[in-house]
Amino acid sequence: MARMKFLCDAERCIECNGCVTACKNEHELPWGVNRRRVVTINDGVPGEKSISVSCMHCADAPCMAVCPTDCFYKTEEGVVLHNKDACIGCGYCFFACPFGAPQFPGGNSAFGLRGKMDKCTFCAGGPEENGSKAELEKYGRNRLAEGKLPACAEMCATKALLAGDAPVISDIFRDRALRRGKAGDAAWGWTTAYGKPEQAAAVKEENK
Amino acid sequence: MKKSLMLIVAAAFGLAACGEYSQVASYKPGNYQGKSDTRPYEAGQFAGNKQAWEAALANRAQAQNEYKRAN
Repeated sequence: MARMKFLCDAERCIECNGCVTACKNEHELPWGVNRRRVVTINDGVPGEKSISVSCMHCADAPCMAVCPTDCFYKTEEGVVLHNKDACIGCGYCFFACPFGAPQFPGGNSAFGLRGKMDKCTFCAGGPEENGSKAELEKYGRNRLAEGKLPACAEMCATKALLAGDAPVISDIFRDRALRRGKAGDAAWGWTTAYGKPEQAAAVKEENK
Repeated sequence: MKKSLMLIVAAAFGLAACGEYSQVASYKPGNYQGKSDTRPYEAGQFAGNKQAWEAALANRAQAQNEYKRAN
């Protein structure tokens, strides 16, 4: 079974924000919510590096561990999703996440007003019927059910952002690192997200 | 008359909470208690064909490798 992961190659990212735009457009996100952001380190200094950051769908996700209503779950593909019906908008996941992935939607839904957290879904929707209107409105488009990879990675012009099955994308990155003759340390966040043992995925009732 | 009116008012207040259901989620610590999700290949175009779905994803993943695309 595929273990879905993101890999951002800091040697290739040119800070074009194409991934951010692709995500926002694909999921029709409201003002104030960016599920993906581009972070530049040493901006303006020669040798600056940019990375595209969103939920990394961690092997042992801290958001899942701290959620008081246990509204997070992990799919069989290793995608960390949450049930917005059960979310109370406490913001614990926001504080626990090393990547700042879960966010509050803007407007009236802020701290203390029972807003629902919003986060990257790896374009896998949420706990609603695949491809339904309810799923689109709550979680965004379900590209995975259409046999497609996340829009951000597929849209990336320089292919700095890779998404997909872990062995496949790490092979692509390894090949690159060898060809450019540098160490493979440009995959920032990879160890933080996937350096721990994999947490078990949710098992559906009929499989128990 | 006054007594029966009092009784009706008292009954209305007394039964007012009967229609309310518990709004507190019951959950076991550490376990997801929400709605179950359908697998990505279960509905829509793949209609349960896991092999076809995996092949489609593998194809798309390889499209990210421009070294392969160029040669």
